[in-house]
Amino acid sequence: MSLKDLDKRMVTGPDGEQFEVDPMQDYFCGEVPKVHKASSIKIWENFLNWARSESLWILGYGTGCGAIEMRPLMTPRFDAYRFGVQWRPTPRQSNVFVIGGYMSVKTLKRVIRSYEQMQGPKFVLGLGSCTINGGMYWDSYNTINRLDHYLPVDVYITGCMPRPEAILAGVEELKKLIKAGKGEGQNKYAENFEWYKANQKKIIKNWDMPDYNW
Amino acid sequence: MTDTNKYRDKFPAKNPDGTNIIDLESHKFVKVWQGPQHPGITGNMALELILQGDEVMSCKTHVGYLHRGFEKLMERRKFIQCFPLVCRIAVPEPDFNEYCFAASVEELAGIEIPETAKWMRTLILEMSRLTSFLMWIGGQSGAFGLGIVGQWSNLIRDYMLDRFEELTGGRIYRMFILPGGVRGLLPDGFEGRMEETLKSVETAMNDIERTMFSNSIFKRRAVGLGVIDPAWVDQYGIVGPNARAAGVPKDVRKDYPYLKYPELDFDVITATESDAYTRTYLRAKEIRLSVDLIRQLLAKMPKDGEFMAKMPNMLHWKIPKGETYVRAECTRGEYGYYTVTDGSGYPRRVNVRGPSYTHAVALMEKLAIDCNIADTAGLMTSLHTYPPEIER
Amino acid sequence: MKELLKDLTKRYGLSALYEQRPDEMFATVKKEDAVALITYLQGQEGFTHLVLLTAVDWIEDGQFQLTYMLNNPSKKVDLGIRVMLDRTDPVMESIHHLWKQAATYQRELKEMFGIDFPNSPRIDEPFILEGWHDIPPYRRDFDTKKYSEETYFPRPGRVTHDPAEYMKKKLYPEEGND
Repeated sequence: MSLKDLDKRMVTGPDGEQFEVDPMQDYFCGEVPKVHKASSIKIWENFLNWARSESLWILGYGTGCGAIEMRPLMTPRFDAYRFGVQWRPTPRQSNVFVIGGYMSVKTLKRVIRSYEQMQGPKFVLGLGSCTINGGMYWDSYNTINRLDHYLPVDVYITGCMPRPEAILAGVEELKKLIKAGKGEGQNKYAENFEWYKANQKKIIKNWDMPDYNW
Repeated sequence: MTDTNKYRDKFPAKNPDGTNIIDLESHKFVKVWQGPQHPGITGNMALELILQGDEVMSCKTHVGYLHRGFEKLMERRKFIQCFPLVCRIAVPEPDFNEYCFAASVEELAGIEIPETAKWMRTLILEMSRLTSFLMWIGGQSGAFGLGIVGQWSNLIRDYMLDRFEELTGGRIYRMFILPGGVRGLLPDGFEGRMEETLKSVETAMNDIERTMFSNSIFKRRAVGLGVIDPAWVDQYGIVGPNARAAGVPKDVRKDYPYLKYPELDFDVITATESDAYTRTYLRAKEIRLSVDLIRQLLAKMPKDGEFMAKMPNMLHWKIPKGETYVRAECTRGEYGYYTVTDGSGYPRRVNVRGPSYTHAVALMEKLAIDCNIADTAGLMTSLHTYPPEIER
Repeated sequence: MKELLKDLTKRYGLSALYEQRPDEMFATVKKEDAVALITYLQGQEGFTHLVLLTAVDWIEDGQFQLTYMLNNPSKKVDLGIRVMLDRTDPVMESIHHLWKQAATYQRELKEMFGIDFPNSPRIDEPFILEGWHDIPPYRRDFDTKKYSEETYFPRPGRVTHDPAEYMKKKLYPEEGND
């Protein structure tokens, strides 16, 4: 992709009509995320929290080493499906993002884009010690050290790798958090949006995403 | 795959040198990214595909999502501190990293390891091959739509991980092979439990072979997909089952015997034509071979003895100046470590040569051309690539 | 293999021959003769498998050492060819016409060390890093710990011990600071 593809230009469509294309406008969303307040009717809010906690759908994106212990969770031995946890291939259908371990700068850009595409209310689970303080790669020039400066994290699961039972315990902890009304990661992101974006822009200099030509 | 396109000689239009003509402005071509977040990619890699209709015209691979700079980090750590780091390079089979690094360090320092340690190392390496193959076969069938095979094979793999945990203490990162030998011996009753696990592996493989290899959808999609010509084996550096399926008998265990492989009784498995179906069939046979080798090892190995040579103080260990290259046969082919030392307590330069380096970048770009987009996932898994070892 | 290397020393001027194992030898060759030697080895002597192509940074000598690891699959021997490049201007001829896979190794070396291989396919495209604006990271004068502390926010509270000092204090506490 060359930079001149990002200029405003007139394009001829397949039917011969001309229309104007402004990639910078069309690729990037101009609106900031909004804060969603809880409902004022307590019983209704409790019911909604119960429903959200019992159907946590995880985005199937293995960002690091941690992905290897997610595979046994789908098998009959540990069986995450009985907890209401499913793996979905697209961010539009999921509401939990499990960050499995370290994140390089290249992956962070894609993860932020996937996180922003997910529909709310959404939660983030950090797996392993690399999300907490950089873990084993603390002095590497390509991995981030603290995940919660870039994305709002709800629950950390320690270990290197955490066992599947530990991941299930972490999911259980997340459920308790949601039922108590404290699963506020999405609102935290919307309220401190400038701070998160400033941290992200400090390491990601080039926000061009891979292009499509349609 | 039978080709029913009767305009095949005109479509796609080709340049004089055989490559496809691509004109992105003509709106007949679509560029998509089968990006890092995709269920059809093994690990974290991206494929930039240009399609015409349903067929891939050109493919570029993008790697680097998992780069942690291992080789730079190892220069800052003493030799013994590198071991927890080194096993995280190729995540599904970490023991080959430990073995190759330990063997190269021992060779440069001139240390001989005891016999029992060599048997234990061979056992660990074969068990690691078995678990990696079991995870792979779930991925391969899932790419063609047979999801049940993944459930069976991952369950059996879990029982193997239980055996690992009993022996070494860790499910995934075992850190069992250290310079000088191994960390311990077999616990009591290990052979009996291992035999039970191997029997359940064989039962599961019977089911898996009956489900996969007699399935007409799998056959129609996989036969003829991604054919590797034997003449490309040296040009592209193809190793492992990919090369053996094409008829080139390259196996590090037979060509450059290491550890206790000369005392085991096995043949190199080859096939005649390397397409996705034959590669899968060959790897299923390799699973059976690994089971057989583990049985032979447990019958032949000594049950006690010294398992660690007398080593100097690890924190003050300095290795004389030198360089060497050590290789091992992992599930994907030839895995090698090129180590350079300079007389200080830190390694000077360590370079990891993973087999996916050549398979996933240069070879994939060649094989994906003229392939249906629905089959690129199956093609990638049949080459058995793991992105972490490409960019370390 | 020793006879082969004696013959090659006469023709191509090899130096610093070293036998690491009976089936593995290393030799140094000058930069101008390197590609001719490798072409001869691939074409006439059966060293058809390129195992790896990597570089070592000898900063105290002001040199990069390029290592071409070649392997003869029928005789089962390894030969490592070392080529020394000047560190201030590292340029080397490309071998992508001999092996198609060499282009990938050369892309990585350009990005990680800064060694240029003119006319190699796709040599200027970023391979592993994205948006990198510092010196090539695998060079010895790049301090990765300093870079990581400045760019990524380290969590406070990390205490680092030198392992030898720590063990000494733990095992012999009464001997004081020695």
